[in-house]
Amino acid sequence: MVSGLFPLRVRGAETSRNGVHLVGPVDLDLDGQGLCVLLGPNGSGKTTLLRLLHGIARLRRGEIRWACDAKVARNAQAFVFQRPVMMRRSVLDNIAYPLVVRGTARRAARAEAVGWAERMGLGDLLACQAGVLSGGEQQKLALARALITRPEIVFLDEPTASLDGRATREIEAILHDVQAAGTHLILSTHDLGQARRLAAHVVFMLHGRVHEAGPADRFFGAPATAEAQAFLQGDIVE
Amino acid sequence: MTDLWQGLVQAFWLVVTFDPELAEIALRSLRVTFTALAIACLIAFPLAAILAVRRFRFRRVVIAILNALMGLPPVVVGLVVYVLVSRSGPLGALGLLFTPKAMIIAQVIIIVPLIASIAHQSLRDIWAEYHDLLISMNVTQTQKVRTLMWDARRALLTAALAGFGRGIGEVGAIMIVGGNIDQVTRVLTTAIALETGKGDFALALALGFVLIGLAVSVNLMIHGLGQTEREGRW
Repeated sequence: MVSGLFPLRVRGAETSRNGVHLVGPVDLDLDGQGLCVLLGPNGSGKTTLLRLLHGIARLRRGEIRWACDAKVARNAQAFVFQRPVMMRRSVLDNIAYPLVVRGTARRAARAEAVGWAERMGLGDLLACQAGVLSGGEQQKLALARALITRPEIVFLDEPTASLDGRATREIEAILHDVQAAGTHLILSTHDLGQARRLAAHVVFMLHGRVHEAGPADRFFGAPATAEAQAFLQGDIVE
Repeated sequence: MTDLWQGLVQAFWLVVTFDPELAEIALRSLRVTFTALAIACLIAFPLAAILAVRRFRFRRVVIAILNALMGLPPVVVGLVVYVLVSRSGPLGALGLLFTPKAMIIAQVIIIVPLIASIAHQSLRDIWAEYHDLLISMNVTQTQKVRTLMWDARRALLTAALAGFGRGIGEVGAIMIVGGNIDQVTRVLTTAIALETGKGDFALALALGFVLIGLAVSVNLMIHGLGQTEREGRW
């Protein structure tokens, strides 16, 4: 896919909430080549950085610049939350919702949603209320809902954090397919195994800052910092 | 105890024989309350949704006032509406005093805060769940309000039913602005007050039982139509 979003330039990005400094200053360059993983221990600022990049957290200082207009960039993005938000409607209507709010006729949106539900293995659950699905099914629904608008980039905030091995494998297989189809993925995780399986590019975060960033091979093969080495060895990094 | 039993028997016969006067009063009660309810819902639901999703100055004060107005004394509402629509009042030229329209106005004022407050609680909870998702989808304010109202429709139905209960059982305000005029503004509650004043407790109780039966029937019907309490539904 020829991307209109990349390169992404982040310069001095900072944010805080209720006077508590959360992230930054962050400097980061992403060229959109391969799946990017934000890696780091809990509380390192992965989720906040993802939210900043997507624009749902307020930037207090610095800038985040996409290659295109910010509004165009925003419309070409989707976000999958760690705890998927299930709207109080059927599986079908949950998946169709983003298209409906973008002006697609309800019938056409539903027809498109059926296709996405089937691709995610939710074809038999279309009429079910979304809230009764299992954790893995809910995350698949959230993925389908994110992908139905055919975004150029999808942010995934620890999409398998609360799932078992089988559900994790299924979600990762879907992510491989999505990535292969040309959608850019930026995923946060503290799961080293998942990062090794998926990442082409790693951004290692610690204490709200980018501690180390680079190609996955280099990061996993020869991490440049002692903290990254300790994290890769399974030590507790604080 | 005798009065209670006689009231029950009389209520039974009034309903079974389809007493025309009772039917007229009951239908007027329903007409006034349903009209007031429809108008109140049109005001209260969007108000509740806007209070849930929009952040503006004095929002908390508005919510606190709305909650406080749930306990608005109907007699005071009746007096205010009376002053407004009486011949010498600002709306006197409309000739609303002692008409069902004045009763509807009073009921709307009484039930809007109740419906809006209950609806706001539900919409606020759903908004807390949906906030990040809808923001990430770039949903407009109007779409947010419509989405919340649709997804909270069963909770809104409960709010409306609470408003219906308050409206159909209201007596103080509509007595003042309606005047309890036979075949014009007499409704079940004002008829009960009249019969009690006359000392006919059995008939007053009979009308009371009919009122309760009516309120329960409407609630059951609306719950049935709304398909609430079904498995796997909200």
